[in-house]
Amino acid sequence: MSHNENLLEVDGLRTVFDTSEGMVRAVDGVDVTVRRGECLGVVGESGSGKSVTFSSVMGLVRSPGRIESGSIRFEGRDLTRLSPREMRAIRGRDISMTMQDALTALNPALTVGEQLSEMLDAHDEDLPARGGARRRAIRDKSVEMLRLVGIPSPDSRLDQYPHEFSGGMRQRIMIAIALAPGPKLLIADEPTTALDVTIQAQVLELISEIRARLGMSVVLITHDLGVVAEHCDRVMVMYAGQVVEEGATVDVISNPQHPYTRGLLGSIPRLSLRGKPIRPIQGQVPNLVGLPPQCRFYSRCPDRTEACLQFVEMRNVGSDRRARCIALTQEEVA
Amino acid sequence: MTSTANPLLNVENLSKVYEGRQSLANRLAGVQPFSVRAVNDVSFHVERGEVLGLIGESGCGKSTLGRAVLRLHEPTAGRVRFDGEDVTALSAGALKDMRRRMQIVFQDPYASLNPRSTVADIVGLPLRLHGLARTGAEVREKVARILERVGLNAAHLDRYPHQFSGGQRQRIGIARALISHPEFIVCDEPVSALDVSIQAQIIQLLLELKDEMGLTYLFISHDISVIGYLSDRVAVMYLGEIVEMGPTDDVLARPRHPYTQSLMSAVPDVDAPGKHQRVRLAGELPSPLDPPKGCKFHTRCPLAIDACKREAPVSEQVAPGHQVACHRLAEDLSVWETGAEAGTR
Amino acid sequence: MTSAAIHSPPVAKASGAGQTIFQRNLRQFAANRLAMASVGVVLLFVLLAIFAPFIAPHDPNETDLFRRLQPPAWQAGGEWAYLLGCDALGRDILSRIIYGSRISIFIGAAVIFVATTVGIAAGLAAGYFRGWVDVAISRLVDILLSFPYLIFAIGLMAMMGPGLVNIILALAYKEWVIPCRVVRGETLATRELEYVEAARALGASSAHIMVKEILPNILSPVIVVSTIRIAHVIILEASLSFLGLGVQPPTASWGSMVADGRAFILGAWWVSTFPGLAILLLVLAINVASQGLRDAFDPRFQE
Ligand SMILES: Nc1ncnc2c1ncn2[C@@H]1O[C@H](COP(=O)(O)OP(=O)(O)OP(=O)(O)O)[C@@H](O)[C@H]1O
Ligand SMILES: Nc1ncnc2c1ncn2[C@@H]1O[C@H](COP(=O)(O)OP(=O)(O)O)[C@@H](O)[C@H]1O
Ligand code: SF4
Ligand code: SF4
Ligand SMILES: [Mg+2]
Ligand SMILES: [Mg+2]
Repeated sequence: MSHNENLLEVDGLRTVFDTSEGMVRAVDGVDVTVRRGECLGVVGESGSGKSVTFSSVMGLVRSPGRIESGSIRFEGRDLTRLSPREMRAIRGRDISMTMQDALTALNPALTVGEQLSEMLDAHDEDLPARGGARRRAIRDKSVEMLRLVGIPSPDSRLDQYPHEFSGGMRQRIMIAIALAPGPKLLIADEPTTALDVTIQAQVLELISEIRARLGMSVVLITHDLGVVAEHCDRVMVMYAGQVVEEGATVDVISNPQHPYTRGLLGSIPRLSLRGKPIRPIQGQVPNLVGLPPQCRFYSRCPDRTEACLQFVEMRNVGSDRRARCIALTQEEVA
Repeated sequence: MTSTANPLLNVENLSKVYEGRQSLANRLAGVQPFSVRAVNDVSFHVERGEVLGLIGESGCGKSTLGRAVLRLHEPTAGRVRFDGEDVTALSAGALKDMRRRMQIVFQDPYASLNPRSTVADIVGLPLRLHGLARTGAEVREKVARILERVGLNAAHLDRYPHQFSGGQRQRIGIARALISHPEFIVCDEPVSALDVSIQAQIIQLLLELKDEMGLTYLFISHDISVIGYLSDRVAVMYLGEIVEMGPTDDVLARPRHPYTQSLMSAVPDVDAPGKHQRVRLAGELPSPLDPPKGCKFHTRCPLAIDACKREAPVSEQVAPGHQVACHRLAEDLSVWETGAEAGTR
Repeated sequence: MTSAAIHSPPVAKASGAGQTIFQRNLRQFAANRLAMASVGVVLLFVLLAIFAPFIAPHDPNETDLFRRLQPPAWQAGGEWAYLLGCDALGRDILSRIIYGSRISIFIGAAVIFVATTVGIAAGLAAGYFRGWVDVAISRLVDILLSFPYLIFAIGLMAMMGPGLVNIILALAYKEWVIPCRVVRGETLATRELEYVEAARALGASSAHIMVKEILPNILSPVIVVSTIRIAHVIILEASLSFLGLGVQPPTASWGSMVADGRAFILGAWWVSTFPGLAILLLVLAINVASQGLRDAFDPRFQE
């Protein structure tokens, strides 16, 4: 695998939060690879560490949280070694992230236009140096961005505040702001969870379309395996702070290897299953404080055995596929 | 599967208008208060033992309809009959007795439980209100029994809601609704706030309880897969009106209303990604403060013609028990065939 | 087969096992040192008030013209038996301050108790029933608020005449407006929550909903506001006494003590200053303590 095929390589990332109840190991040894131009889906239940993993990549983890170990390589540069200033320059220009909650992530006191300009002003290097020409160029680019994400009459809407837009439009404005400086990687944290299906379809199609047009890579964090199936090339399944399975989306969905992935797929109610019982995963996500070193899915796994009470490594289980389960045999990689 | 002579619930021409309160100053200035027609002239019935699924985008009036049926929100017009009795005409006392037989499970597992009450108080409340248990010990015993049934146990009796996860709270809400042995339950998006795996647990629990206790559900959801999985019939709602209703297999296999068709094509499918051609519904739900004239869907409908802007379509029967309200039914079109993207973006 | 009973999930531990929100808040309050010190000061005053006869070195009303305007002990002409000096009638200032704390604290507490009870009832009714009940109560509140507080109390006292009960009534007449507004606002918001709707769906009466479902959930902000207001009431009572409309002589009250000393402020500063300091200290302590309460109990002030 050649090195520059990979835009982002995260290796052994551990991010912890010190809380009054003990240390929460929110991300515990996570590896992520994002290739150029691909869309990587990240799925898992609430609290599995999806947001924290990518906040770590963005250098946005704040106290009481910290990155304990691991490397985050973006185009070969280790982001964990950058100064806060260098990191700020990368954020926005090279990597952007849209947050889970669009209303709270947008600044309510600034107009949409002001927020877009701020981003462009800080990161766009193709703009005229200063003065009226620069201001006009920023305004034009802002209008263009809003048009790109399908906001009608963008010129007049630039001067409105976030609360004057509906949920779907806010989400699209967040995407416009994230895309304005032309990043190489867009991380979209549950861009559609709060939206209705018809609006969800609009937003997701918009992201796919822009990805194809600009050739950027996208990380799509979601609860919805259907969304992954339709929009992502590869998928990474997370559980309790670890990656438990990853591979090409078609392979993972048609032939899930890890019991948790199977459980997730089995939990989706489907029209075709009417009258037949669904098989939900029993129990709930374990508390992340003071977990024993055994397989984290042990308490809920239908296939558990004595052998699972030890640390379980990621194993190669096919070409370009990995899973973390002791019942799977390690394959030699060609 | 058409209506029998004696459905458990029969709703006729139900409407609910929310009126803004008018201040004296506004009245003097002649300013009209806002009024939202959240539910507009809706009729349907639910058979005993049946699950009627109600689906639609957020803000289309699903919760309002569910609450108006239970008279939690007083209907503006129309009639609700439960087991032959006119609920809309009941006196306060008779309504209280009726509440024992009709219950509701709420969407938000965090907001629907009083944070200052213990589980025993929350779940035991119906017993005390309706005199279904004589002593405190009897209340606790009955609560413990129903808690076991929904997957919790007696050790949880004296805990407070914040000590439970979302899925567990939803189980508490279900126990509260079931403890008075009701016949009919409005489930207002009971799984929408939950993770997939927990969602599946709760759906399964609700279905088991339905069979065991002979319940009838009005099941509200915005998720077609959930509705498709568990309901016998579906009603599709758009801006306060039911635009299509019929047996689930029929409606979801062969949706006839352009809105139902678009809704179905918007759902991402794990099994067959990209299976159906996409119709992208342009724009968003119009403001219910100022709904479009004529067919309310015409601002987003790929098949809209001039007549749609002027006249509201009337519901027609297209198959046994399957009704649709659309001007272009006779032409038997589908939004997929148009290919074109509709409306203005 | 039952799906759920097989695997009874453990109770989520995330939010602190076995603890009510109240206990958590209380712990947070206890961790605030300054607030705890203030609570100590307030408690000290309360103890002084209760055990005044045992603590006060002299009879507060015993006059002795030989000790007229005797300075505090550490000044020339002072005496350790009369630590803070004596007033124009030769009464021991320390003893009068100790006895005066009874009036201040009793009136403060009584007014707040009456006002909070009335305010909660009116606020619950206005917020829960809305409609004309709300309009009537809110108008009354607006009208009362348009009068300056002290002028209003002075007018009432002038009408009713002096006396402990009348002071309490004169102050409570307007004071209930404050908790009433808080309760009304919180009730309006809380009545829309799903658990209130759930109680209604189960057939609960309005009284049950107001008292059992809404009240416990809005009590914290009311208690916080009421504690803050105790300090105001104490100042108001002192002002009334200062103006001669409060507790009648010879009963010791901090306000009237400050008023008595006015004439001698240049020559005998101690007569006004020590009761003034007592007012300041108690009011300050109550304010700091109630702010600590607010920080701990009102989630809007929490991180
Ligand atoms: N600021 C914080 N302080 C303490 N713990 C935190 C903090 N932020 C996150 N965590 C913990 O880290 C774990 C992972 O959280 P994260 O937000 O990454 O989950 P997620 O997979 O994005 O979930 P969701 O699907 O709900 O967004 C959780 O156990 C969470 O409680
Ligand atoms: N108490 C209320 N007062 C005024 N308008 C309301 C009220 N409740 C709901 N509405 C309005 O009625 C419409 C339908 O709401 P709702 O029934 O909650 O929709 P759904 O449950 O389908 O999301 C929306 O436009 C909503 O804003
Ligand atoms: S290692 Fe064992 S417990 Fe863990 S997922 Fe595999 S079979 Fe289940
Ligand atoms: S009546 Fe007209 S606008 Fe309405 S759904 Fe049918 S075709 Fe579309
Ligand atoms: Mg998240
Ligand atoms: Mg709703």
